[in-house]
Amino acid sequence: MENREQMNIVIVGHVDHGKSTVIGRLLADTGSLPEGKLESVKEYCRKNSRPFEYAFLLDALKDEQAQGITIDTARCFFKTSQRNYIIIDAPGHIEFLKNMVTGASRAEAALLVIDAKEGIQENSKRHGHIVSMLGIRQVVVLVNKMDLVDFDEKVFQAIQTEFREFLDKININPVSFIPISAFNGDNIAVKSPYTLWNDGPTVLKQLDELVNRKEDEDLPFRMPVQDIYKFTGEGDGRRIVAGTVLSGNISKGDEVIFLPSNKRSTIKSIEGFNISPRDTAYAEEAIGMTLETQIYIKPGEILVKAGEKHPILSSRFRANVFWVGKAPLIKGKSYKLKIGTMRIGVKLVEIINIIDAAELNIDTFKDQVERHDVAECIFETVKPIAFDSISEIELNGRFVIVDNYEIAGGGIILEGVADSSNTLLEHIMDREFLWERGLIPSSLRETIYGHKAKFIVITSGSEGNDKLIQDIGRELEKKLFQMKYKAYYLGVSSLFYGLASQTVSDHQGRDEHIRQIGELARIFTDSGQIFITSVFNLDDYEAQKLKLLNHPNDIVFINIGDSSFNTFQADVVIGKEGAANAICAVLKKQEVILDYYL
Amino acid sequence: MNHLDKLEAQSVYILREAYREFKNICMLWSIGKDSTVLLWLARKAFFGHVPIPLVHIDTHHKIPEMIEYRDKLAMKWKLTMIYGENSEALKHKKTFPDGKVDRISCCQALKTEALKNTLSGKWTRYIMDLNTGKYGIDPNKEKYTGVIVGVRADEEGSRSKERYFSPRDKENDWDVGDQPPEFWNQFKTEFAPGTHLRIHPLLDWTELNIWEYIEREKIPVTSLYFDQGNGKRYRSLGCYPCTLPVDSTAKNVNEIIEELKSGKFANIAERSGRAQDKDDGGGLETLRRDGYM
Repeated sequence: MENREQMNIVIVGHVDHGKSTVIGRLLADTGSLPEGKLESVKEYCRKNSRPFEYAFLLDALKDEQAQGITIDTARCFFKTSQRNYIIIDAPGHIEFLKNMVTGASRAEAALLVIDAKEGIQENSKRHGHIVSMLGIRQVVVLVNKMDLVDFDEKVFQAIQTEFREFLDKININPVSFIPISAFNGDNIAVKSPYTLWNDGPTVLKQLDELVNRKEDEDLPFRMPVQDIYKFTGEGDGRRIVAGTVLSGNISKGDEVIFLPSNKRSTIKSIEGFNISPRDTAYAEEAIGMTLETQIYIKPGEILVKAGEKHPILSSRFRANVFWVGKAPLIKGKSYKLKIGTMRIGVKLVEIINIIDAAELNIDTFKDQVERHDVAECIFETVKPIAFDSISEIELNGRFVIVDNYEIAGGGIILEGVADSSNTLLEHIMDREFLWERGLIPSSLRETIYGHKAKFIVITSGSEGNDKLIQDIGRELEKKLFQMKYKAYYLGVSSLFYGLASQTVSDHQGRDEHIRQIGELARIFTDSGQIFITSVFNLDDYEAQKLKLLNHPNDIVFINIGDSSFNTFQADVVIGKEGAANAICAVLKKQEVILDYYL
Repeated sequence: MNHLDKLEAQSVYILREAYREFKNICMLWSIGKDSTVLLWLARKAFFGHVPIPLVHIDTHHKIPEMIEYRDKLAMKWKLTMIYGENSEALKHKKTFPDGKVDRISCCQALKTEALKNTLSGKWTRYIMDLNTGKYGIDPNKEKYTGVIVGVRADEEGSRSKERYFSPRDKENDWDVGDQPPEFWNQFKTEFAPGTHLRIHPLLDWTELNIWEYIEREKIPVTSLYFDQGNGKRYRSLGCYPCTLPVDSTAKNVNEIIEELKSGKFANIAERSGRAQDKDDGGGLETLRRDGYM
C-alpha cells in the first residue's frame, strides 16, 4: 500500500494579495484538479462576463463568489512526487481572523503571500504574528504579482529586508522568500525566465523540502485522560483509561501519576481494537490502558510517568492569549478554560500588556482584551491544573478560553506563577472584613439553641455511593431535628435547579456549586445552625475550598466507605451502616450537641 | 506513524470528544463506505463497542442490498440501530420515482425532512430488537444534540469548509460565514439550548484514504461497490433512481485503490454518478444548508 506522507500547509496574507490564485495555480500545475473543473469555471466566468481567475476555482460557495473574498478556510488537496498536501486557504480579511486561526492551527508550515506592488500590509504582519503564536515554525514568504513591478529585484529585496526584520521580532526565521507571479505561473512549478537574479527554489520545490514535525517521543510522557470506559453491559470487564498521547511513550509496568489528583498506579495493559497486542504506545496515538489498581480518576486529568519530569501544578499561569471573542476578555468574569482534556473555570487576573499584532506596539494601559488583540496576561483557574510551558512541551502548554458557548480565545502558557496571592484567600479576607455583623454573639445563639453551629460535609469515593450519602445527609437532618436541633440539609442538586440555575452555565458546573455551597455554609453556620451537605467524590482541592469558604466557622468532613481524597484527611471515616447515628456520636464527642444521657 | 495512522488517531480523538461531551448523541449511517469506516472507527475508539446509536434515513428507494447489509451488521456488531422516514411523502407518493416531484424536491422530502424530524424526535423512530432482528417503535423521543456525520472535505466545495464540530441553529441552518474557531485540538463542544452540533471525524480523509483503510482493517463493505461481472459497479451509494453505477471492472478493494490512484477515476469527482448534484446549480449547497448530508 502506498499510504503517502501528507503535509498540511496554510496560506495566509493580506486580503487581495493573491492567496487563492497561488492555490489555484498549485492545483492546476500539479494536475490536481478534477477533470472538467477548470473548464466549468472558465465557462462560468464567460457567462458572467468576468475575466477568468484561478481564485474562482476555490470559490465553491455561491455567496462567496458574490463577495469576492474568501470568508472561511477551505481545504484543497494536491500532490507532488514527494508527498500529498492539504493546502488550507485562510481568509485575509480581518473580520475572518478566527477562520484563519482555525486553518493555521492545523498546519505544519505557512505560505505568507505579499503583493509586490502594495508591499507589506497590516495583515501581512498580523498573520505572521498569529502563525508564530500558533507554533508554526516553517514560514515561506511569497512575494506575489512580481509581473506588476516588472520583476524588479530591488522591489523584491526591499520587501525581503523589511519583512525579515519584522519576522525576527516575533521569533520566525523564514525558510525563504520567493518572487512569484501566481497568475502567470512564474516560479510556482517552473523557474521563471524573468527572475534569473534569484537562485532560490520554485514554490513546489520549496514545499517538498519542508519537513513534517517529528512526533515528540523523546519528551516526557503526557497523556490527557479523555474518558474512562467501562462497557460492563456487554460483558466487558475492562476499565479503560482512554486518551491520545501528547508526548513520550508508555509501557506496560510503568508507574504512573494522575495530575492534579496525584493518584498513582501502574499500567497493566495497553488496549486497542483490531490491533496486534503490544506493550508500548507512542506520541500521537489514540490509545487506552488498564491499571493494576482500582483508583478513581476523572476525565481531564493528565497522566505522567513517575520517574520523569513532571508538569507544573499551579492555578496561576502567565500566557499569551489571542482573542477572537465578540465580547472583550475582562477581569473577574468566569470563563471556561480548556487545556488538554481538562475543562475548568478560569478568571483573568492581570493584563501585563497588550501587543498590537500588526505593529508590535505595546499598550499597557488597556484594562480589557479586545477582539483580535494579542495580550500577555495572568490567569487563575479555580483549582490547580497540570500544564507545561510552551517551551518545554508545546502540546501541553496550549489552551482555549470559552465565553458563553463559544471559543473566544486561544493561548500559549509561558510559565506557571506562584500561588502566593490566591484570589480565593483575597476574597475571604475581603468578605470577612466587610461582613455586617449582627448584634447577637454566637455564644448567645449556642445557649438559646442548645448546640453549636457546624458545617457537616458527607462524602464518599466508593462507586455507587452518590445516592447513599444523600440519604445519610437527610437522615441525619431528621434525627437532629427530632432532637430539636436547628439542622438543615441541602443537596448539591437542589442548588442546581434553584439558587444556581440563573448564574451557572452547565460548564462551570461542579466548581461553581462547590463555591456556592461553601458560601451558603458560611451564612447558615453564622446563623447558628447545623448545615449538612453531601458531595460525591470530593477531592482535596474542593475540600480545602469548602473549609476556606466556611471560615471562620467550624466544619467536619465525614467519609463513608472508600476515601475520595488523595492526601487530605476526612475528620471521620465510617461505614454505611448506621451512618447517621455514628455522625451524631461524632457531634456529641465534638460537643456540637449535648449528650443528655451524661 | 504513517498517514493512515494519523488520520485514524485524529478521528478517534474526535469521536471520544463527542461521546464525552454530548448526552444525546447519534451517528448517521448511510450504509456507504464513508459512514461504515466511521462506524469502524467508533469500534476503535470504544474498544470494540459502539455506545452511540446509529441512525439511518430510509427513503425506501435505497438499493435493497444496502438494507440487508445494514441489518446484518447491526446484529453482528450489536448496534443500537435506528431508522427514520418521511412516511407522509411515501404514503402520498410525493417522490421523484413516482413522477410527482423533481429530484431536488424528492431529496428534500425523503432525506432532509426525514432527517430533521428524526433527529428532533418529532417523527417516529424505529429501533432494532437485537434478539429478533425486527424493528419496533423507539420509545425515546429525545432530540439528538450531537450528530456524527461521515462527510469528507474532498467531496465537493461546500464540504471543504466544514469544521470538525459544526454548530447548527434552531432552524438547522449552517452559517458558513460565521463559524466558530478551532484552535489546535480544541473544538466547540458547548452549545446553546435549542442548537445542536454536527461532528465530522472524517473531514481530512480522502476517497483513496477510505479505501486504503478498508483494505488495511478488512472492513466489510457492501458488494455493490464491486463489479459483479457486468463491468459496472457503484462508486457512491444512494437511492436507485438517482444513483448510477459507473463502468469499472474493479472486483475488490485493491482494484478500487488501483483505479483511484492511477486509473480512470484519478481525476473524476466521486459524486459524478449522483444526478441531484447537477440539478442544483451550486452543487450540494442548497441541500446542505437544509441539513442534507
